[in-house]
Amino acid sequence: MALAEFFNSLINSLDTGSGFWNPLVWGFALLIVFLVIYILRGAGKTSYKKGTEQTKPFLSGNPETSKESMHVKGENVYWGFVKSMKFIYDRFEKMHNGNVSDYILWFVIIMGIFFLVLGVI
Amino acid sequence: MNDIISFISAHLPAFVVAVPLLGAFLTPLVSRIGDKSRNIFAIIITGLTSIFALLLANDVFTNGIRTYVFGGDYATGQTMVRILFEIDAMNAFMLIIAAILPFAAIVYSWGFMKEQTGLDKYYTLILLMTAGMLGMMMTGDMFNFFVFLEITSIASAALIAFWTNKGNAVAAAFKYIVISSIGALFVLFAIALYYGQYNALNMAVIADSIPVEMGFVDKIALVLLLAALAMKAAIAPMHMWLADAYGRAPSSVTVVLIGTTLASLYAGFRVIFTIHGNQLEQALNSWTIFGYEFSISLANMVGILLVALAVLSIFIGVFMALKQVDLKKMIAYTAVAEIGYMLLAVGAAIAVMGGDLEATAGYTALKGGIFHILNDALDIGLLFLVAGAVYYTAKQTSINKLGGLARNMKYTTVFFLIGLFAVSGLPPMNGFASKLMIYESTFQINPILSIVAILCSILLLAVFVKVFYSVFLGPKLPKFATAKEVPISMLIAMGIIACIIIFIGLFPDIVLQNVVTPAANALNDASSYIAAITGGI
Repeated sequence: MALAEFFNSLINSLDTGSGFWNPLVWGFALLIVFLVIYILRGAGKTSYKKGTEQTKPFLSGNPETSKESMHVKGENVYWGFVKSMKFIYDRFEKMHNGNVSDYILWFVIIMGIFFLVLGVI
Repeated sequence: MNDIISFISAHLPAFVVAVPLLGAFLTPLVSRIGDKSRNIFAIIITGLTSIFALLLANDVFTNGIRTYVFGGDYATGQTMVRILFEIDAMNAFMLIIAAILPFAAIVYSWGFMKEQTGLDKYYTLILLMTAGMLGMMMTGDMFNFFVFLEITSIASAALIAFWTNKGNAVAAAFKYIVISSIGALFVLFAIALYYGQYNALNMAVIADSIPVEMGFVDKIALVLLLAALAMKAAIAPMHMWLADAYGRAPSSVTVVLIGTTLASLYAGFRVIFTIHGNQLEQALNSWTIFGYEFSISLANMVGILLVALAVLSIFIGVFMALKQVDLKKMIAYTAVAEIGYMLLAVGAAIAVMGGDLEATAGYTALKGGIFHILNDALDIGLLFLVAGAVYYTAKQTSINKLGGLARNMKYTTVFFLIGLFAVSGLPPMNGFASKLMIYESTFQINPILSIVAILCSILLLAVFVKVFYSVFLGPKLPKFATAKEVPISMLIAMGIIACIIIFIGLFPDIVLQNVVTPAANALNDASSYIAAITGGI
């Protein structure tokens, strides 16, 4: 009986307030999606030849550079996003200046706001 | 045998703190025998502590609130002059986190720290930190809480500076100890105010003594505690110390530091829900504008303040993480954002508090927020262990200098992917379950909150996709041609946390029903916490 209850609890859905979440149902749905993808892939062309010219990277006719220089550095990923958000980052970087006195200043400011809101108002 | 079991069972709360505390002071002696003996000893001590903590949590979830008095027998209604531990379902929930993290950290340390010297001090400090964290989570006494807070802070600062050859680590430790000391001083000041007002240090007694209409001194004590604990919990804009401390400490230390940060967050919730639980629904003030009367309760005000800080934490955490080039600092900023998610949910629950909370979206938000505390500890913990593994192999954490490590570190890559899915709130990992609860409940309270939370979660995914691409994918870099997978102890530690993440992800309802919901109910039921000490209110 206890074992049956335990297995029942394993398949229970999570009540999220206005909906539910069941990872096992989701997993089953995902399995079906993968199956469909696999079937579709099976219908594709089979002209791929390993180790031939077609497997070499094509860089618009330019020679392949060293592996280290070809790897895009982490800093360059999302460069455009960071650049467009420069006005926010400039302010954030001023906040995160590494000065512990400024850290304490933020604590005093927040305590002051708490005091005004909870103690005075 | 039965006598031993019943003795251990009766004194479980004491054992949970005493075992790591005693272990800490015995470690230097055991180190004299040999390094292997010391490592095994530390694993046994944290393993025993975890077992005791889990047994205690199970006992509380099964039989209700547990009180334990040091220094003599205790009868209900007696003057509360002794140190007292009080463990309800919320404390028990926190004990589960404290049972997992230090054990994983110690197992991980075996391989991760093997090249280091001064490891007797390292293990001593990490066990002291564990004892302090567990004490913070279990004590029912305000002054005792301050003592444990100080033990944790001092041990943490020393561990953050453990790699003393790196100046940045010492600077981060200095900042941490300054922040911690100032925070602890304000906590002590608030405790002194309570003591002066009510002649009591016991949390339940103070909660019982504060009148429903709070006085000015009570308000000051509340403000001091909230601000100090918010700083200790790294809530923006008082979070800057966290990026330094988490980023510079050894990864094994950072994992335990996560637990101590969450212990401060728990303490903040305890102050709001239990110590000032009776005043939450009382009107702070009322105004008459154009003949209409407006009033605002303490719950509304505290809730709004917490939600504002939560949104700021999520926003700053995610944006700063996106720009970092240091892997550990990036994860540290993610941790700030994750704390924001917990605070958002609990703040939203407090803001709508009034009448029957269980009938409102606030109850789901509260459960989602508490659930996310556990998930955050595991997800961020796993990511820090992976960052440590990357450092162990590549001797650097700059994502600009890393790449192609998946070819050499297959298991670590899998663990990173699990952590990535979990922390970004992708199904079927644990982070998705708690974030879904937070999104749905906050949407009903205020859709804008939910939209901000979802957008920032997408950015979090972007952050870790960047890390995955930069560190693990790409061609095998010549400088890492001979890089190898990390030692087995590090893989075991990451594996333990990854397995728990997957289990919670696949069966979230078991955790919600058996652990999270009792914790939310306990937090929301101040009267039971108080009655367990005072004998009824």
